[in-house]
Amino acid sequence: MDELLQILKQNARTSLEDLAKMTASTPEAVAKKIAEYEANGVIRGYQALVNEDTLPRDRVDAVIEVRVRPEREGGFDSVARRIAGFREVESVYLMSSGTYDLVLFVSGKTLQDVAGFVARRLSTLDGVLSTATHFMLKTYKLSGVIMEPPPADERLQVSP
Amino acid sequence: MTSPRPLVAPRVSALPFSGIRRFFDLVANRRDIISLGVGEPDFATPWTVREAAMFSLERGATHYTSNRGEPALRRAIAGYVQRKFSGTWDPEREIVVTVGVSEAIDIALRTILSPGDEVLYHEPCFVSYAPGIVLAGGVPVAVETRVEDDFRLTRAMLERAVTEKTRAILLNFPCNPTGAILNERDVAEIADFVREHDLILVSDEIYAELTYEREHVSFASHPEIRDRLVFLHGMSKAWAMTGFRIGYACAPEEISRNMNKIHQYAIMSAPTTGQRAAKDALENGDGEVAKMKAEYNRRRNFVAASFEEMGLPCRKPAGAFYAFPCVKGFGLSSEEFAMRLLEEEGVAAIPGSAFGPCGEGFLRCSYATAMPQIKEAMARLARFVSRLRRP
Repeated sequence: MDELLQILKQNARTSLEDLAKMTASTPEAVAKKIAEYEANGVIRGYQALVNEDTLPRDRVDAVIEVRVRPEREGGFDSVARRIAGFREVESVYLMSSGTYDLVLFVSGKTLQDVAGFVARRLSTLDGVLSTATHFMLKTYKLSGVIMEPPPADERLQVSP
Repeated sequence: MTSPRPLVAPRVSALPFSGIRRFFDLVANRRDIISLGVGEPDFATPWTVREAAMFSLERGATHYTSNRGEPALRRAIAGYVQRKFSGTWDPEREIVVTVGVSEAIDIALRTILSPGDEVLYHEPCFVSYAPGIVLAGGVPVAVETRVEDDFRLTRAMLERAVTEKTRAILLNFPCNPTGAILNERDVAEIADFVREHDLILVSDEIYAELTYEREHVSFASHPEIRDRLVFLHGMSKAWAMTGFRIGYACAPEEISRNMNKIHQYAIMSAPTTGQRAAKDALENGDGEVAKMKAEYNRRRNFVAASFEEMGLPCRKPAGAFYAFPCVKGFGLSSEEFAMRLLEEEGVAAIPGSAFGPCGEGFLRCSYATAMPQIKEAMARLARFVSRLRRP
């Protein structure tokens, strides 16, 4: 993967000047490259990585396994697209598992919200054969970042 | 009444404390500083390696190992140095696992030196070289490397220093503190020099994995000096395993057997947990090493660009994780510069003079520190330098 993308994936707020210094480039060249990535859809957005567990509990997250019947035209894609359209659905993946086809990450305000979404919206969709919902209890690691703050640097401050 | 006899042997009491040590005492009580003075990775040891260490503890692997180190680790080392450096050593008879490269340097010197033997080594260099030579009964002969040559060591420099008493040379490339590396020609010519003068070469290649613009050139890849090469490497830097204390020495059988004698009497065996961890790191750690190296490279670029911005001359370091900018021209010695930088801006960096007299006028800045701290340290350093420039 391109060096610039690797750095941005670690910290999307790195300034153009710092990106230029880190990649031995110029801010102008970096800005141009990023604009290209945004234009051709390689970079799809920039978001903060929030540890929801530290906030007042007004949200539940669930992983839902979904079995679907692929359509004659459009295969899994058209069902997946239909599912992805719902505001409650945060992520959708097509899986290689033999027991289900799609995995969804879904969030709602309460357990009932999510349950209601599954019962009323998801399982009634044309092409959805069955669902299995798992509620998440605690986040340990998210997008490569351990949620517990790292311990202080314990190295000697000066060493040979 | 006779005057009391000294408690400490003169050879030892005459040894100076490391220049770093003095600085360490100054910094030790301060919490608010950003340190560019650290000679070890900021990364924790890769998790898989730590996990292997924990598993070995669970399994009760808490005993001595064979003096040379566990056979499985020695085989892993032999495989690694073959794969990476094209060096061939017999894990049964030519490899000793040591307590870091520091021990390996010590037992190598004690094995090969007789009293009065001269040892050529380059300066600036790691702080233990000259004292290590003295403690082994040798006479240290420093060969100055210069910024104009990118701190490389060449055959011509060695030729000027060699005498009939010269027995060995001790080298460390990629170099702490200069970040210098040797090119293919330097290495080939030094190898010729070693052979033609019938010397032994002790090559400390602890930073071998950390070169950024070209591959490391190892003395191990020169079979013509195999009979006189002591190749030293270890897990501390590239695998971020300093605290595990695992190094190793690869040397021809006669040297290795005798090094193992000293090792057996002085140390017994390297820490067992560390040995298990090292085996895992050598066999499965390439990906983690590459990731850390990519991160060091970004910091290296950042630091070099920052020095350029603030007008401190600094060759872009080619290896290890140190930048060695020139801080001459402010009317301060490098020690005064480092002291004032610490006092006024709370940034710790090591005066170049700690690494030998010819390091005077330079400052060792480690970039084995996370990006936000490096960025802040560079901003403070720039402020400090511009203040010094104001009339």
